[in-house]
Amino acid sequence: MDTFLVNLIAATLRVATPLLLAAIGETYIERAGVLNLGIEGMMFFGAFVGFFVADVTGSLWLGFWVAVLSGVLSGLLMALFSVTFGVNQHVSGLGITLLLGGLSLFAFRLKYGGRSVPPSIEPFPQLSPFKDVPVLGTLFEQYLFTYVAFLVIVPLAWWLLYRTSFGLNIRSVGENPEAADAAGVNVFLIRYITLAIGGGLIAAGGAFLSLAQLGAFTHGIVSGRGWVALALVIFGNWDPVKVMWGALIFGGTFALQLRLQAMGLNLPIPYETFLALPYVVTIVALVIAGRNATYPAALLKPYRRE
Amino acid sequence: MLRFKIEKTGAPVWMRSLIPVFALLVTFLITSGLILWGQANPIQAYYYFLIAPLTSRVSALEVLVKSTPLILSGVAVTFAFVAGYYNIGAEGQLYAGAIAAAWLGTVLGGLPPALAIPIMLLGGFIAGALWALTPALLRVKLAVDEVVTTLLLNSVMLFIVSALLNGPWRSPVSGWPQSPEIAPSTVLPKLIPRSRLHLGFVVAVLSVVVLWFVLSRTVFGLKMRAAGLGREAARFAGVNVGRTMLIAALISGGIAGIVGVSEVAGIHFHLIEEISPGYGYTGILIATLGALNAWGVAAAALFFGLIDTGTQTLSHAMGVPIYLGEVTQATMLLVTLAMLLLQNYRIRRV
Repeated sequence: MDTFLVNLIAATLRVATPLLLAAIGETYIERAGVLNLGIEGMMFFGAFVGFFVADVTGSLWLGFWVAVLSGVLSGLLMALFSVTFGVNQHVSGLGITLLLGGLSLFAFRLKYGGRSVPPSIEPFPQLSPFKDVPVLGTLFEQYLFTYVAFLVIVPLAWWLLYRTSFGLNIRSVGENPEAADAAGVNVFLIRYITLAIGGGLIAAGGAFLSLAQLGAFTHGIVSGRGWVALALVIFGNWDPVKVMWGALIFGGTFALQLRLQAMGLNLPIPYETFLALPYVVTIVALVIAGRNATYPAALLKPYRRE
Repeated sequence: MLRFKIEKTGAPVWMRSLIPVFALLVTFLITSGLILWGQANPIQAYYYFLIAPLTSRVSALEVLVKSTPLILSGVAVTFAFVAGYYNIGAEGQLYAGAIAAAWLGTVLGGLPPALAIPIMLLGGFIAGALWALTPALLRVKLAVDEVVTTLLLNSVMLFIVSALLNGPWRSPVSGWPQSPEIAPSTVLPKLIPRSRLHLGFVVAVLSVVVLWFVLSRTVFGLKMRAAGLGREAARFAGVNVGRTMLIAALISGGIAGIVGVSEVAGIHFHLIEEISPGYGYTGILIATLGALNAWGVAAAALFFGLIDTGTQTLSHAMGVPIYLGEVTQATMLLVTLAMLLLQNYRIRRV
């Protein structure tokens, strides 16, 4: 197979990984009826906390798990506002994004000052099970997180949502909380649990960026990936497997623009066109898929017992 | 005729008027932790933060300078949110207006200011409204969620700005990514000598008055509020919800575009990537803290302007990172949201 294509597919899987983790996390949350606009901030916070802890303790894995924990806590904060207080989810979510963004930058500046070269750590290594095999060697040279995201997180989410009573409870809470409540499902508890799980996955996506892909933390490390993940959930019609296809489309466009830039083609258009392309493709995909989107009926609606 | 009215229910007035005071206290208790971490004395820090900017003429005027984009952003977001259109794209629309101003500022040099400046403001409005048009049409015609499209378009706009500044507008002299200086006749005049306060502040104040007038004195304002409170109920009462949302979205984008004009023609005099530290998003906090009410938005924006000025003073004086401002603003929003539960609205048919 052509090396260009092999490299492209390998890069696609890498780029799609953080988006997939965040989008699956958001899928749990939205399936239970909450729109989490804290997603961008939770990714950013996860990226920061992961980097910070790994740098201070010297343990990448400790950094990763503390980042996941930070995501769980951020999810619970979102739950406090959207579930217990029942306030506007757009506004509370954005508030959490700005809060977590500000907190990360505040702490980063306190710890590392305003140095021009960002501090870095030795990132997670890539696994290469087929090291010396030509095509497979490149394709399967991936981070452990990429394997876990595609082979564990997605099937597990699908199985949980569609094949277990827990998943049935999540979906019923997101579709018709009154009926779910009448059937004895604890609406509040289910929403808290999905926000905790989802927050953890979203932060894991952020930690992947700082601990694996980059080995550093920068202001632009997330740069809208949380919003893309939000779009992927709608594109995937709240189905983990379809969400995965969406992540691959975005990842593919992003990887393609990286390859085209790396080839240094002398094109008469600015390179930013390529950078913007994945976002535009996401919007177009959303318009095409969004027409058939069936939103969880109780999305955005706080539940109140009469 | 419209046969409904909107009324407040819930806690008594005295309790509601205490909300900002409590919110402020709780916010400061929470952020004190960060200030202690930054190895500063919270009491002293809050003096720099909230009082010091008001003690001198220069810094008090600077609060108004910092408030100008915040007032306009808050008004822009309010126009959309009142109508139930969640425009999270003010940040991108702001840059659309800034691009228009940077371009018009270089081609309108021959015109007298009395002509050039209104054209700049109008141009910024149109640019912002145009950038808001696609997601608004997608929302109204195809029911594509506007939250996600406006957010994604913010990212796209940043790439457009970067492409312009690293391409055709890159400074040929210094090589910096900044557009050519705008002509002197297109610079927004200073309101007070020896300060940075410029005509943009007047525009901001006017936008508050327009918002108040539209919301409380026009049929369109009532339609917007009805569409925002409940689409079905509004449709039932005879409101064309799609059209109302579309117009609200375009006004919102237009005013966000004027923020860009005000910053380019009033502060920077050229376009740079760092023109907005996130005014479009802060506008959402301001609109919410102001309870989507014109005077509330103005008060919240002035307060946020004070915080922005105060964090600069604080960071110079005590070395506390400037991001404390962002954290304080977001905390303030969340605390207030929790407290606003005391207050509710409902639609009643009459």
